[in-house]
Amino acid sequence: MSRLDVRKTYKLYIGGKFTRSESGRSYAVQSASGEFLANASMGSRKDVRDAVVAARGALGGWAGATAYNRGQVLYRVAEVLEGRRAQFIDEVGAGEGLSARAAGVVVDAAVDRLVWYAGWTDKIAQVLGNLNPVAGPFFNVSAPEPTGVVGVLAPQRSSLLGLVSVVAPVIATGNTAVVVTSAARPLPAVTFGEVLATSDVPGGVVNLITAQTAEVAPWLAAHRDVNAIDLTGVAGADGIDWGALEVAAADNVKRVLRPALDAGGAPVEPDWSADPGLTRLRAFVETKTVWHPKGL
Amino acid sequence: MPPFEYAPAPESRAIVTIEKSYGLFVDGAFTRPKALFPTINPADESVLAEVSQAGPKDVDKAVAAARRAYEGVWGRMSGAERGKYLFRIARILQERAREFAVLETLDNGKPIKETRDVDVPIAAAHFFYHAGWADKLEYAGPSPSGAAPPRPHGVVGQIIPWNFPLLMLAWKIAPALATGNTVVLKPAETTPLSALLFAEVCQQADLPAGVVNIVTGDGTTGQALVEHPDVDKIAFTGSTEVGKAIARSIAGTPKKATLELGGKAANIVFDDAPLDQAIEGIVNGIFFNQGQVCCAGSRLLVQESIHDQVVAKLKRRLGTLRVGDPMDKNSDLGAINSRAQLDRITSLVDAGVAEGAERWSPECSLPAKGFWFPPTVLTGVSQTHRVATEEIFGPVLSVLTFRTPQEAVAKANNTAYGLSAGVWTEKGSRILWMADQLRAGVVWANTFNRFDPTSPFGGYKESGYGREGGRHGLEAYVTTAPASLSTSATGAVR
Amino acid sequence: MTVSTAARTAQDLAAAAKDVLGVSRLTNHALTTWLHGLPGVDQVGCEARAASLGTRSIKTSAKAWAIDTAIGMIDLTTLEGSDTVGKVRSLCAKALVPDPLDPTTPRPAAVCVYGDMVATAKEALADSGIHVAAVATAFPSGRASVPVKLLDTRDAVKAGADEIDMVIDRGAFLSGDYLTVFNQIAEVKQACGDAHLKVIMETGELVTYDNVRRASYLSMLAGGDFIKTSTGKVSPAATLPVTLVMLEAVRDWRELTGVQVGVKPAGGIRTTKDAIKYLVMVNEIAGEDWLSPEWFRFGASSLLNDLLLQRQKLTTGAYSGPDYVTID
Repeated sequence: MSRLDVRKTYKLYIGGKFTRSESGRSYAVQSASGEFLANASMGSRKDVRDAVVAARGALGGWAGATAYNRGQVLYRVAEVLEGRRAQFIDEVGAGEGLSARAAGVVVDAAVDRLVWYAGWTDKIAQVLGNLNPVAGPFFNVSAPEPTGVVGVLAPQRSSLLGLVSVVAPVIATGNTAVVVTSAARPLPAVTFGEVLATSDVPGGVVNLITAQTAEVAPWLAAHRDVNAIDLTGVAGADGIDWGALEVAAADNVKRVLRPALDAGGAPVEPDWSADPGLTRLRAFVETKTVWHPKGL
Repeated sequence: MPPFEYAPAPESRAIVTIEKSYGLFVDGAFTRPKALFPTINPADESVLAEVSQAGPKDVDKAVAAARRAYEGVWGRMSGAERGKYLFRIARILQERAREFAVLETLDNGKPIKETRDVDVPIAAAHFFYHAGWADKLEYAGPSPSGAAPPRPHGVVGQIIPWNFPLLMLAWKIAPALATGNTVVLKPAETTPLSALLFAEVCQQADLPAGVVNIVTGDGTTGQALVEHPDVDKIAFTGSTEVGKAIARSIAGTPKKATLELGGKAANIVFDDAPLDQAIEGIVNGIFFNQGQVCCAGSRLLVQESIHDQVVAKLKRRLGTLRVGDPMDKNSDLGAINSRAQLDRITSLVDAGVAEGAERWSPECSLPAKGFWFPPTVLTGVSQTHRVATEEIFGPVLSVLTFRTPQEAVAKANNTAYGLSAGVWTEKGSRILWMADQLRAGVVWANTFNRFDPTSPFGGYKESGYGREGGRHGLEAYVTTAPASLSTSATGAVR
Repeated sequence: MTVSTAARTAQDLAAAAKDVLGVSRLTNHALTTWLHGLPGVDQVGCEARAASLGTRSIKTSAKAWAIDTAIGMIDLTTLEGSDTVGKVRSLCAKALVPDPLDPTTPRPAAVCVYGDMVATAKEALADSGIHVAAVATAFPSGRASVPVKLLDTRDAVKAGADEIDMVIDRGAFLSGDYLTVFNQIAEVKQACGDAHLKVIMETGELVTYDNVRRASYLSMLAGGDFIKTSTGKVSPAATLPVTLVMLEAVRDWRELTGVQVGVKPAGGIRTTKDAIKYLVMVNEIAGEDWLSPEWFRFGASSLLNDLLLQRQKLTTGAYSGPDYVTID
């Protein structure tokens, strides 16, 4: 006798809580082969607004935590993700149309990427910072600090590895994130939210909004309490002019991480299996330089 | 009459030859002067020379010259050879330092002691510093082994302000050239002369034609440069308003930008500060260059318990400031750069008084001609007053108080800007805590307004993005990414 | 010139000090609390300020005024083991006629000698108005018992010294025994009677500007009429930033107590250019009230001739040379 399975309600993840969209809307998510998978919450501009408040609120504690502590938390995320390996293989496989084996490779890569970034938290300042030998009796040091609240348009195609690859560097350097997930493949992101919620990441550090990218991205780009925006997810998103987002971002001089472009200048989603390098770690830090006299 | 009245000690202006009119410097030569507009001495409103207004076609020619120079010579030259050109330029700047100081003071209105002791020597130092980087770029950043060496962007459009005309030119041109880019630079409309004299330095150094091009003009010239399709990167220093316009203009294109914009720095004085030095730091912070400095310490946040003492000491100190002829070696404050700027300062101070601030200036007689504003202290200022939030860009200090370190930080950070901040306390742990908390690109602790080519400079938030100076400053001018890979709008990401 | 300060007893001075400190008993603890409560001095900022004042350009009429003023502020000094009656007389003659070619040349403020030469100097200077200053209190080290220091002082005063240049006990100061330093200064002040007391802090041995500021306040509290940098026997002697800290101290002391105290940098000031830098500093830090020999002195010997050479240049328009000024 077969048993009727208990399905999960896919919600937004804002301020450490799983909530439905304030709009009350949802949308049907289909698998790569077109079967119904679940109804996801359709996040709205007001959900973006609430997420920014949550991210701003969490910033002081997260940026002020020791780099060692952030590394431990990120590593814990990897541990918990590893523990849910089977669940993610199912979700990624269904959403991205991958075989269980291929999905396993992707999930493993996502775990390993988290581990990689976990190790960077307490090294990036040493690599990007230095003493400056100024011509005078001064101690002078430059070091990176988090930019603040970062809006992230997560990749549309790579629903877990891509997501992890854009979120981990943002929070590794002490920022907090408001993430608009893949519109068509949002389910692994919500489950990733459950991973975050159970792995010592303080509420509000990562906020995940499942939504139509073109609907909410302009609000995120124009939000004056967002310090930076990652436009990676414009590649493959319907109805988005990333130049217009960058224009909106200029209103408060946001730092903009542009999408990768193909030879013809159109946005493309990067190959997430490649070595990420430091690009994303460097994108959302500010160099602070401190001077002090040296004297008796 | 006081017993020790300093006699006038004017620097001679004979050392510098100013032409009647100037063309543009394009492809290694000056063009025929045309579409002339005057540049005046703000200290007496006399016309110094007439310079050419570069139109879109002129900009196009300059960009084309820069492109040819980039592809033909400069982009292919070894770093070691490029570096030697920069060393030459640095030396010539030192050799002709007096000339540059005099010209800068005449065109800008700032005191000769500042151009002589700050602007010109630090400009030369920037060329020296960056000259040495030219053949060491692979060591400048953490690129994984086996990665492609850093490459220049190509043609860089640079737009600089009037407050430090030569120094900002050096901040822009030195790193651009060291990294192998070629340059089209637009000096500010009111201060073009030192850039035009710098063109002569390029000629004396035998810098290949087209590597540095100087186009003079107003905002429309800058706009033509920003919008030119063959410019790969923009480096801008100026107002936040124009910076945002530039960011919008290049949005959605592959063009990169670094922006060095406005500020409203807090200079925070605790009750245990080294008071006499703090007073000097306050004075230097807001009256250096008549306060026309983006990182000026325009908001004095003083601990309430020592407010009266600090204000009294400050007023006494301001009584010894010498305001007058910028060419006099004893002038501490010179002229405001333009009538427009003077009007802006005047209207903001009037607004401050209307909002309830108390205005004070030392007795000083200002020259009848030219653009002058006395050193001014506004006390009783609240965080909500315009003079506490808007950049005045003049010799005007707004004084506010705080009670606790947390309150000082909250007030200091309560601004859309984030360029610089000052902290004065003898307690080491508090300095480090404050330095962590302040959202500003440069934190001066127990000092203020210090600049050095090795020290990165640049802001948080609406003060801009990218850094100038130091290893970090090079990043904006190079890339290791293949053309198709993602880079940030700042161009700083590799 | 008049010396404005009156004789004070050590008891008076201790009472006044208690007043300033607001304490009922003058203890080392009270002095320490007070001195260590003074604002710190940031070395780099202090030296930058001094250097910046040093870039003032003093020309023509201002320069002429500065040269004559500086000459009038000199304590023309000889403090050598080899000093003789002949040497001291010769120095006094130089003080009386600094420049035989130009009778309008002002005279220095004082001649400064060891105690045993006071009578000789006094006789040579007679009623010229040039003061005789004597170093005392086991100059330069100050390492002698208090009775010896007091006797040294009284001896010089008795011989006719108008001014006494004492040294503080740097050992006591550096070991935190401020009360001993205070008591010695106050007792020497009492021993001076009507003679003017200059307190030499030997800033080169105090090393930090924080110490210079504290020693300045302690010296003023204990009744010094002048605070003086150095003996000239320790390097570094007078420097611009040390003098800057002292000028800030006398300025703030007058604001605090209403009492004006003089400043004397001594040692190492040899050129007109240097002297003018000091005068600029006096003018802009302490203020014009200090721009007279009553409130500012240079402890120097070779400085006088350089000032005379520059004075001749201003008068004749041609550069002068050492053959045109007299050695003493």
